[in-house]
Amino acid sequence: MNYSPAPLHIPDGFLTIVVSLIFWLITIIMVGLAVSKTNRSLGEKQVPIMGVMAAFIFAAQMLNFPIAGGTSGHFLGGTLAAIVLGPWAGILVMTAVVGIQALLFQDGGLLVMGANIFNMGILTAVIGYGLYRLVIHQKRGIRLAVAGGGAWIATMAAALTASLQLWLSGTTRLEIVLPTMLGVHALIGLGEALITVAALAYIEQTRPDILDVNNPAKEGGRGWIVSGVLISLLAVLISPLASGNPDGLEKVASDLGFLGSGLDAPYQLLPDYSIPFLGDTAISTILAGAVGAVVLIGLVVLLGRNLRRQKSG
Amino acid sequence: MHVDVFDQYHFTQSKVHDLDPRIKVLITVLFILSNALLPDGSWPAFALAWLFLLIANDQAGLGLGFTLKRSVVALPFALVAVSAIFSPYGSPLAVWDLGFITLYPTDLGLIRFFSIMVRSWLSVQVAILLVATTQFSDLLHALEHLRLPRTLTTIIAFLFRYLFVLTNEVFRILRAREARSAGLPGVKGGGSLPWRIKTTGSMVGQLFLRSYERSDRIYQAMISRGYTGHIRTLNPHHMNRRDWLILFISIFLLVIIQFVGWVR
Repeated sequence: MNYSPAPLHIPDGFLTIVVSLIFWLITIIMVGLAVSKTNRSLGEKQVPIMGVMAAFIFAAQMLNFPIAGGTSGHFLGGTLAAIVLGPWAGILVMTAVVGIQALLFQDGGLLVMGANIFNMGILTAVIGYGLYRLVIHQKRGIRLAVAGGGAWIATMAAALTASLQLWLSGTTRLEIVLPTMLGVHALIGLGEALITVAALAYIEQTRPDILDVNNPAKEGGRGWIVSGVLISLLAVLISPLASGNPDGLEKVASDLGFLGSGLDAPYQLLPDYSIPFLGDTAISTILAGAVGAVVLIGLVVLLGRNLRRQKSG
Repeated sequence: MHVDVFDQYHFTQSKVHDLDPRIKVLITVLFILSNALLPDGSWPAFALAWLFLLIANDQAGLGLGFTLKRSVVALPFALVAVSAIFSPYGSPLAVWDLGFITLYPTDLGLIRFFSIMVRSWLSVQVAILLVATTQFSDLLHALEHLRLPRTLTTIIAFLFRYLFVLTNEVFRILRAREARSAGLPGVKGGGSLPWRIKTTGSMVGQLFLRSYERSDRIYQAMISRGYTGHIRTLNPHHMNRRDWLILFISIFLLVIIQFVGWVR
């Protein structure tokens, strides 16, 4: 099948434990809220619908369109899901999509899934829906334009947080990853925005009842507007600031003590090749030798067994 | 596309296939956690972790190279970590003058880069092994036992089921586009970029409506067949003594790997 990994899915091993756990915590709180909200406001009927909608987002991500020079636009769908289904249901749907991409396709890791869900599910729902909710009673053209803008900002914000997570984990240099990620996603976000607008326009033309303002399934309070606008502003302000002056952000992070856990710890362990409590380099050499021997013997045994099995089978 | 794309390895019997899915999920997560906890450059520990993985592969009867062959999916993301090579914390090994920028690859940077790659490569493989040896319904059941909210597991179950139906729907839509986009050889087909985007948007909208209406019908059909909001599996999930034993052995081995990684 023609499934292509999107550049936003962070694999395991790229984020440190601390960063992974912080974002798991945020994600668990938000998804837990989403579960209890949808359980309360929607009937059990909504659950199968959300499942099929999640499958829709997944399938729609395969519909890519050629741009230029062999690259193709790619659809993420977080904003569309949040606008059509409502923000809480949108979060749940995107959580399921990211989860299954990690479980079945190894597109994105398990330990870092909290960060991935946060970037691609929660941020997109808050920004995309929050901005759309602001103009929900306006004319059609304004609504579509804001939906498109929201989709673009949401994609950029996801790229921004992914870059920051990678940088806090000491995986990349900020001055390299940030311009690259934001540059690539400025284009991807454009495709995302255009497809979101086109899909919304099509749905509104054929089934206006689904996008009806008075549909109780899409109820979301003013909190969405406030947080959506605030987070969009934050993303819009941070991106150029950080791209133009990564050293400044680095200084802020180290002042706040983030980098202490993110960057320095793994680096400082390396030059120190002494044993903390054995205190003898001879023992460390013996230990290393023993480990090497175990790995080697294990490999030989496994290979031998497999060769024999192939012969007899 | 059919469910068989993923399920073709599930129906063989092996010691790994027979394990309780909860144990498999736990060991997978612990293994990934252990990799993440290992310090940079602890090659002996990484080698031991790889051996652990090979033994699991072997016990699953899929062949030693099974997960290795499928692990290339994680490679594209490696590009992101390349800049770690130029870490300012180590001593420079060389000077690369590219004209517009001068790069200094450092020893610590290289160690960091390869450690990230090895961690990611090991973690991807254990996840591949989990999926290859566990039926999806069992996996969901395990997640439910591990306190994932029922709403979420049900959504994922539906997602998994209709993934294949809707993927085929996508293929139908794409085929329809192909069929209506005949072009002369050598002549650029299709319209302008805005036209293409509008067409793709209509395709997404069309797919959405088909899915939405289908989900309505599905729900009616399920209700009439006695759906109570819970998806069942035929496999009973009882932890027996062997499951506990495997779990403890695995934890013990992971502790040894951590020990080897941190003590040197």
